[in-house]
Amino acid sequence: MADILVVAEIVEGQVKKATLSAITFAREASKALGGGFDILAIGLGVEKLAGELGAFGAKKVLVADDAGVKDYVTERFAPVVAAAGKAYGVVVMTATTNGKDLAPRVAAKLNAGYAPDITGFKGDGGKLVYKRPMYAGNAFGWMTVETPIQVVSVRQTDFAPAEPSGGASAVEKVAVSADKAAEQVQFLAFEMVKSERPDLAEAKVVVSGGRSIKEKFMDVLAPLADTLGAAIGASRAACDAGYAPVELQVGQTGKVVAPQLYIAVGISGAIQHLAGMKGSKTIVAINKDPEAPIFQVADYGLVQDLFTAIPELTTAVKAAKG
Amino acid sequence: MKILVPFKRVADPENANKVKVTGAKIETAGLEWKPNPFDEYAIEAALRLTENGTNTKARLGEVTVVTFGPAECDQTLRGALATGADKAIRVDATDDQLDGVIVARALAKIVEQVKPDLVVMGKQTVDSDSNQVGQYLAEFLGWPQITFAISVKNDGGPALEVVRVGDGGVQKVKVTLPAVITVEDRIVNSASVQSAPTPATHKYQDGVRFAPLPAIMQAKKKPLEVKKLADLGIDTTPAVKYQSYEPPPARKAGVKVKTVQELVDKLKNEAKVL
Repeated sequence: MADILVVAEIVEGQVKKATLSAITFAREASKALGGGFDILAIGLGVEKLAGELGAFGAKKVLVADDAGVKDYVTERFAPVVAAAGKAYGVVVMTATTNGKDLAPRVAAKLNAGYAPDITGFKGDGGKLVYKRPMYAGNAFGWMTVETPIQVVSVRQTDFAPAEPSGGASAVEKVAVSADKAAEQVQFLAFEMVKSERPDLAEAKVVVSGGRSIKEKFMDVLAPLADTLGAAIGASRAACDAGYAPVELQVGQTGKVVAPQLYIAVGISGAIQHLAGMKGSKTIVAINKDPEAPIFQVADYGLVQDLFTAIPELTTAVKAAKG
Repeated sequence: MKILVPFKRVADPENANKVKVTGAKIETAGLEWKPNPFDEYAIEAALRLTENGTNTKARLGEVTVVTFGPAECDQTLRGALATGADKAIRVDATDDQLDGVIVARALAKIVEQVKPDLVVMGKQTVDSDSNQVGQYLAEFLGWPQITFAISVKNDGGPALEVVRVGDGGVQKVKVTLPAVITVEDRIVNSASVQSAPTPATHKYQDGVRFAPLPAIMQAKKKPLEVKKLADLGIDTTPAVKYQSYEPPPARKAGVKVKTVQELVDKLKNEAKVL
């Protein structure tokens, strides 16, 4: 059977953890298909990551290390993935912002169908059947891709990060090429949100706030988040109102998170928000409106004004942690 | 500037939890059809790019909306025309004839016919949540794609300055047209979109505009062209097949706690997450 190619996601010289979830998928799926998997790294200086990426049992690590792919531009990355990917049966990307941007463009180049944002799969007689959320997570579809090459993006929260299995994959350099359309795109800047807090998609604890916190959004949530070692998230309404940066949006169209503990502060629980956090292990809702829909998914609900509850909770958590 | 905005109707997203999931299909009967919210944002962005924000009555470009579906979708298109779009196209098709790739191929044909400078569309539809049509379309056209846009500015030159959401930050790019741009909800914030003649200090009202009553009447006179999917001459073989559907796993009912201290005790001793 055909092999699987995993496209590593590398940001600022680091392998994003989402890549490890994609590797987990590739390991399991290659068993179902009876083949192996390779990993592709793209970016300037990524050759030095080949050792790190080569410890997961891939046959090969393909390296596209070139000044032409210094910054993420779809029209420069997609042709590299497609050129490598045409030798594979399944091409896998992360369901991160860049992965979701890249995967369908790669699929179009390979005349491939695309299974977006999968949360599971099963092997059915040598064929992969993918599970994916639809309707803001209110339905799951089981789908097959009917083209010779399949393109998949993997939702990080539903595949455990792969542990290194030791060994070293063979390293092979691949050439880069760019789409003609790349000439139309000028990369100006990437403004990273610098934060001492854990990455939202990777945090074990997330403290998320709604619009009702208003301008004091960070002032109210930061002490609690820091006490818990948590990432900060936000509802769409809080982001739209400008109280929280858009990168922190949790929901159907924002980030999907599934931490051990999710604390929703002043969030009513719109359907599109629930889609982004319903997979969390323990959910706490704090809201002064006892009828807020968020309480329907919360393991623990506290009906109280957030402006008194959050400072109190911060102190109590500090005490409980000793 | 000529802009094409693809547009889809979806089952009321505010009530998406009321869809009935049986093994064979997702039943949306009983839910009202609504415009896909992200497509509404795309129309708003397209209108702002083709007007001076200080005099929105005078059109300085052309916005064509296009949808795929049966005749009842005309109502959704008339709604888009009433908010300010100039022309509409409906490609007559039933939902079971379509998937993301087929729609993207069909849109590429529509682009050949309409010849827009720019395609602006929602980053995803909130029914299938696939987030793919804009990217497929861009590749089929050989155009650049800028996905997840939260700001688009035109300084009068041939390029647009776009801010898009990336992982862990925002990316700024300059894109020379033609191009495909897919938008986030933030694109409808007060100063997210600026056309060349709109003063930099201009602030729109947040959100999408609503159609005044006279505009709803006038929309009936705006051109709405119907095309047949079969006439576009594209490959309509589906690239993917949905075999079955299932509802999400139910969460067990939670409890209400009375005090912060009780909450902390439960988190520490019962959930063991502290």
